[in-house]
Amino acid sequence: MNAIHSRPFTDAILARGLTKSFGGTRVLNGIDLTVPTGSLVALLGPNGSGKTTTVRILTTLLPPDGGTATVAGHDVTREGAAVRAAIGLTSQQATVDELLTGRENLELFAGLCHLGRRQARRRADELLERFDLTAAAGRRAGAYSGGMRRRLDLAASMVAAPPILFLDEPTTGLDPRSRAELWAVIRELLASGTTILLTTQYLEEADQLADRVVVIDAGRVAADDSPAALKRQVGAERLVLRLSRAEDLAHATATLSTVALSTVALSTVDHPALDAAGTRGLPPADPNLRHDPVSQEVTLPVQSPDHLRRALDALHHAGIAVEHVELRTPTLDDVFFELTAVAA
Amino acid sequence: MSALTAAGDLRRLVVRDLRRELRLLDGLIVSTVVPVMIMVVFVYVFGGAISTGSSGLAYIDFVVPSVLLMSGGYGAALTAATVADDLNGGMIDRFRTLPIGGWVVPAGHIVASVIRNVASAVIALAAALLLGFRPAATPAEWALTLAVVTGYVLAVASLSVVWGLLVKSTQAAGAFSFVVLFLPYLSDGFVPAETMPEVLQGFAANQPITPITETLRALLLGLPMGSSGAVAAAWMGGAVVLSLPIAALLFRRRTAS
Repeated sequence: MNAIHSRPFTDAILARGLTKSFGGTRVLNGIDLTVPTGSLVALLGPNGSGKTTTVRILTTLLPPDGGTATVAGHDVTREGAAVRAAIGLTSQQATVDELLTGRENLELFAGLCHLGRRQARRRADELLERFDLTAAAGRRAGAYSGGMRRRLDLAASMVAAPPILFLDEPTTGLDPRSRAELWAVIRELLASGTTILLTTQYLEEADQLADRVVVIDAGRVAADDSPAALKRQVGAERLVLRLSRAEDLAHATATLSTVALSTVALSTVDHPALDAAGTRGLPPADPNLRHDPVSQEVTLPVQSPDHLRRALDALHHAGIAVEHVELRTPTLDDVFFELTAVAA
Repeated sequence: MSALTAAGDLRRLVVRDLRRELRLLDGLIVSTVVPVMIMVVFVYVFGGAISTGSSGLAYIDFVVPSVLLMSGGYGAALTAATVADDLNGGMIDRFRTLPIGGWVVPAGHIVASVIRNVASAVIALAAALLLGFRPAATPAEWALTLAVVTGYVLAVASLSVVWGLLVKSTQAAGAFSFVVLFLPYLSDGFVPAETMPEVLQGFAANQPITPITETLRALLLGLPMGSSGAVAAAWMGGAVVLSLPIAALLFRRRTAS
């Protein structure tokens, strides 16, 4: 082979300052991304944040407008063929032929990766076994369940045993069980040494699988950290309070802001400063303390059971009636509120 | 990449397409039943009413070449839809990240399309023979007839692939088959062009279907060919030579949205 192939690299994927616009709209605004060989990095962001565009650039499907990227040590714009030889891609849309059986799909792709006929058959057998599809091997992919389809898709990406795998929202639209099954498969691939870049909208997914999470929003990297550090930053739980009366919303927000910001228990409740907030609702001091006029809900992070008690006490003393109380784990929304607050 | 590897890739993609074809009921009907229906309709329904004008031919002899073209051409025009399916379904992403040449995927669609649509034309021909078509072709003329039908199907399939890559949506891709289905009506193929208004006569005389039909008539019925063979070859060759590189280029550029 040529000299390019033997070039050593420690980072399987390395992108610096990637930019991309579509018809005048800036989709990527300078993305930096590092995926060390053998690790799993999750690209976390909402729809339209630029996750898929980033993956398409790194898999040579789309040229970047600016910036540089190397995958497996090869430049994605100048050495596309060498990059393609080192990667597998499972995109958001199903990329298997629905009219072919699971086995026929795998044998087709194995053939197109230039495995011999017997070798292709053996590889298909292996992958069907590994991805738990042996029983469904003779059925058309169109008749597969969502989870099976994704597993077949993943198997198709692995026919050439690429060292680097791109998974674009692999579990979107799957039921919890199929999701857990797919996670198990991804963990296994990681354990066998595959480098994986995965995009997801789910914080929990990133938390479950990733060594490192890169949060992107509006084409920029908003955070690049370990899942544990991100979660620490975001806080453990969210308290969601639905108020009985809409007109209490601003008062409740103001009341809770003192609880959220201060660890000192409130002694007086009818704080004159709080009334100054009025009923129109000023922006709360803590950006994590949010209120939604439509659902009449106030959301705030709580650090401890004591914190929760103080929040409810404060509302009670202020004479604000609460209709419904819910504790939930932080969502991607919460991550973004937290991260944009840090940037501001 | 060696030519041998590329040939192997092409074969795999052709097999994929033909397998798909056999598993799609509507596709199978288009390929097998429609040619027979078109032949029956023209011979029995229109055949009694249409005079073949100064040619003096029986209508079945007059019309068979056009029906062969229509039978092969319709399916070939639908190649645009198979290409659009790949684009919309995301298969294109899979193909484009595989270590295969960019031209192999569109070429695979074209080759598969030629195989199945020449088969459709053969089915139409069998129906014509059953209905009383009596050609007077020598073995060499039969071989040339097959070559002309194949050339026509190849040209339509190539143009169709370019169209499919351009429009992307499956519905818009289907529109191409309308043009291909309609063009023979404005030729010398179904009614003698001399019976048309003058403007249409001009169009009919200069559009590709007319010389291709006349070439087939000459080959099958032993009539003088004149210049129509060369003109037909130029049209078909031109379409193929023009569209193949464009298809390869578009395939490289296009990505699933």
